Parts: sequence; structure tokens; C-alpha cells
Amino acid sequence: MKTENVIEADQLTKTFGGFTAVNAITFEVKKGEIFGFLGANGAGKTTAMKMLIGISKPSSGTAKVAGFDVYTQTESIKKNIGYMSQKFALYDDLTVKENITFFGGIYGLSRTKIKEKREQLVSELGLENISNKLVGSLPLGWKQKLSFSVSLLHEPKIVFLDEPTGGVDPITRRQFWEMIYKAADQGTTIFVTTHYMDEAEYCDRVSIMVEGKIEALDTPKKLKEQFKADSMSQVFLKLARNIE
Amino acid sequence: MSISLSNICKSYKKVKAVQNISFDVNPGELFGLIGPDGAGKTTIFRILTTLLIPDEGTATVAGFDVVKDYKAIRKSVGYMPGRFSLYQDLTVEENLTFFATIFRTTIEENYDLIEDIYVQIEPFKDRRAGKLSGGMKQKLALCCALIHKPKVLFLDEPTTGVDPVSRKEFWEMLKRLQKKEITILVSTPYMDEAALCDRIALIQDGEILDIDTPEAIVSKFPKTIYNLGANNMYKLIQSLQSYEHKYSVFPFGEFVHYTDKRDSFEVANLISYLEKAGLTDISVEVGQPNIEDAFMELAK
Repeated sequence: MKTENVIEADQLTKTFGGFTAVNAITFEVKKGEIFGFLGANGAGKTTAMKMLIGISKPSSGTAKVAGFDVYTQTESIKKNIGYMSQKFALYDDLTVKENITFFGGIYGLSRTKIKEKREQLVSELGLENISNKLVGSLPLGWKQKLSFSVSLLHEPKIVFLDEPTGGVDPITRRQFWEMIYKAADQGTTIFVTTHYMDEAEYCDRVSIMVEGKIEALDTPKKLKEQFKADSMSQVFLKLARNIE
Repeated sequence: MSISLSNICKSYKKVKAVQNISFDVNPGELFGLIGPDGAGKTTIFRILTTLLIPDEGTATVAGFDVVKDYKAIRKSVGYMPGRFSLYQDLTVEENLTFFATIFRTTIEENYDLIEDIYVQIEPFKDRRAGKLSGGMKQKLALCCALIHKPKVLFLDEPTTGVDPVSRKEFWEMLKRLQKKEITILVSTPYMDEAALCDRIALIQDGEILDIDTPEAIVSKFPKTIYNLGANNMYKLIQSLQSYEHKYSVFPFGEFVHYTDKRDSFEVANLISYLEKAGLTDISVEVGQPNIEDAFMELAK
């Protein structure tokens, strides 16, 4: 089963002047795994993620994402990953269908493939009645679900989700996680950051960054045992407070 | 009453932002407005801080009417909007002095109120506000909202996007402020923060679902919750969704919260159903509902 590594980082480091934002992180993520990437604000999560998705060159260390090198093969990385963040998702002034078509084109899918994906996606999400409406007019939760589906259009090996559920109502948040489970079940690797600690418990494994370093990495269950905590929230608080 | 709303309605063009909102906040109370984006929380804040006029209904803050007495209200309340709205190119100290001056006071006069918070950002007092980290910006904004010693403090999503450590520290600050006889109305999309309020209003799509203490809201939950676990989460959810007796199925961390349509049933039957569906390592225990369970039940 889950044996093939789709992300491998070894001593990956990023410095800005004299400041070390990411300090020699080493970890691997397996195919089909839901990997939670946690840390306080300013701990270095975003910097680490930027290196992994090929838009920021590491200062030292090595990493491979979907089998490609983060120094020399960034274009291949971009073709093999999906990315979704809370801040930028879809174009508000394009319709649901237009967004799907646009992103399908960006990912280099053929016209037939785009058409097929568009119909499949609209019917899976139950968007038949609103597929010609502007995305800007949809409730946030629908946008986020659509945005996640769009990030999977080109069937990427890994999808990076940067705080995907911020501000979303609890029911939609759960429907969103069901979509994540489904994608993982089909073999897509999920790399996700979140500030909701209960969501950390949905992950197969979780890493916690503190001041540029990965200070803990294991299944939620084992982390709770290790830190003698009842919840991931307590684990997080213990780790981040002890360091100070 | 420190804050009182009666049948407040507000629409933007075709969108009904809030409908028939009524609630009261007692003096010295820490009252939470709990709901997702688009629920109408910010509209309520803007009406109460006199920045928006309601279409219908009346409201008072510190005894003053939000329409007629808007000037008096502005002097007696502190408001921390959801979006950081201090001057980015003024330093920490300059921002604070500016807000003190506008309210015809000085930093020294009410220093005891902000001391607790200000000492944490004082080492950076010569830094421009725009260059502060998220947590420090939030602390500065709270100081600026408090500098004139308001009777009522409005905090619109102060902890959104903030990590759990800073969130916890922020709530500890609020609890200390409350002891200084300031009434606090705070909104948050994080359901776990609801438990830290004296009373809460759950709000969705512009309507209030319930108002009560967090304990009372949870105790009203009508069903028994079962925490279910199995070897494959996705399959477990799928199987439960198609179970004929299911009432609700929601993933909650490492477990699924399951409720059944029937008043009583044999857990063994549910287990054998799941086993037939190919699941293993099945665990079932009775769980406790939380605010999020209550919210989802009310929002149905």
C-alpha cells in the first residue's frame, strides 16, 4: 500500500539575509496520504510550501516533489501538483463553467477533456442550476468546494491546500473534508495547512513547525500519546509554548 | 442593558444581510456572535457602532440610540474591525497616541487598562504598524480600541486566521478586560471559542438560530451522539451515509459523529452492518455533543 514517496525533503533550508525562515526540515509524504502541515503564524509554513511547489528556490538542502527536483525541475513540479488557497481561488467575474474551462486550459487539457471534466464536475457538485452564474455570487462554501475540484482538474499527484476552510460554515467544512477523503482514497496525496486543530485530527500524519524547524511529526494518535494530550490543540499549545 | 437590539433588519440591494435580529447583552458580559462568513456578523457590528443605519428595528448601546445618539455612542465604545485598519505608516506608539488624542485623552491616563497588552508590543514601539506580525498587529489594534476606556468593546473576528497559541492568549486578555467592567461583544467563526463566552448567539444567513449559555445550547442537543471509528474513514462515512437509520453523519477529527433516527437501537446491528460493508477495527462509544454539533443541528 502506501509505500511510494511523493514528497521527499532533506535538510531543506531557506534563509532571507541573516534570518532562517525554514531550518533544515526533513520529511517525506507517501502516495495517497493526507499530510497536515501545522505551525504558528510566522513558523515558516508558507516559505516551506513555496519551495515545495517550485516558486521559491531553497538556500540549501534537497527536495523532490512528484519525483522532480525543486531546484531544476520546477516546471514539471507545477504540472504535477494542484494548489488551492483561501485567498486566491477562482475568478469572481467568470461563471462556474468559464472558470473550469479557463483553468483546464491553463493546465493544458484538451478541449474534449475540458468538456468532459466540466460536465463531470458540475454534476458531481450538483451545480447544474448555477453553472452559468458568476462565481462571485456563490456562497463561500460552494466557492471553496468548486475551487478544490478545479485544483484536481489535471489529475495531479499532489494537491497543496493552504488553509482551505477558513471562515466556512461547519457543515460545508465537513463536506469539504469528505471531498478530501475521496481524493486521497483515489490515490491523490493531500498536503494541507489549517488553523482548525480538529482538522489536524483528520490527517493521516501531522507535522508541527516551530520557528523554522519541524518539532513533531507523527499520526495524530501518536502525537497525543507523546505529549500526553487529549487533543491536537493541546499538543500544539504544549509544543509552541515550551519553545518560548 | 449594555447592548439591546430589537427586530433589526438590513439589506444590501437584493441581499438580506440580517433579518429580525433581537438580543440583549448585560453590563460586564462577554457575549459571542458565532457563525460562518456571510452570516451577518459584521453588519450587526457596523449597525451597533453607528457606521450603518438599519432598515428596520431599533438598537441601543450603553443606553444610547444607534441612530439618534450616534455621537454619544462613538465616544463610549471601542471597535476593532475584522480588517486591520490602523495607520500602516505610523509607528506603534504614534498610532496609539493618535487614537488617544482623537478621544481627547492620553496614553498615560488609561495606561492601567492597556498595560497588560501594551508591554508585549512595547519593545517594538518605534516599528511601523505595517511591519508588525499578525499577532502584534492584533494586540496594537486592541490597545487602540481601549485607549479611551470604552464602556462597550466591539471585536469583529479578532482571531480569524490567527494560530491557536495567539488565539488562546487573546482570549485570556479578553477575560482580564472583562474583570475591568467592560462589556464585550465578540464575533468568531471558530466554534471552539464559543465555550469561552458567557452567552452566545449562533447566527447563520442573517438569522439567529439560538441564544443561550454555551452549556445550555449543548444540553439542548436532541440526540445521542456516537463516536465511530474504523480502518478507513472515507469508507466509514460513505457506509454510514447510506445506512437506512442514519439521522446525521459528520466527521469530527479521528471519529465520525453519528446519530440515529430511532430513539433506541442495538449498537451491535450497526457494527454488523459496517462489517458487511468491509470495514474493520470498528469502535463505537457514546460521545458528548459540542457547540459545533448543536450549530449543525440548528442550521439543518
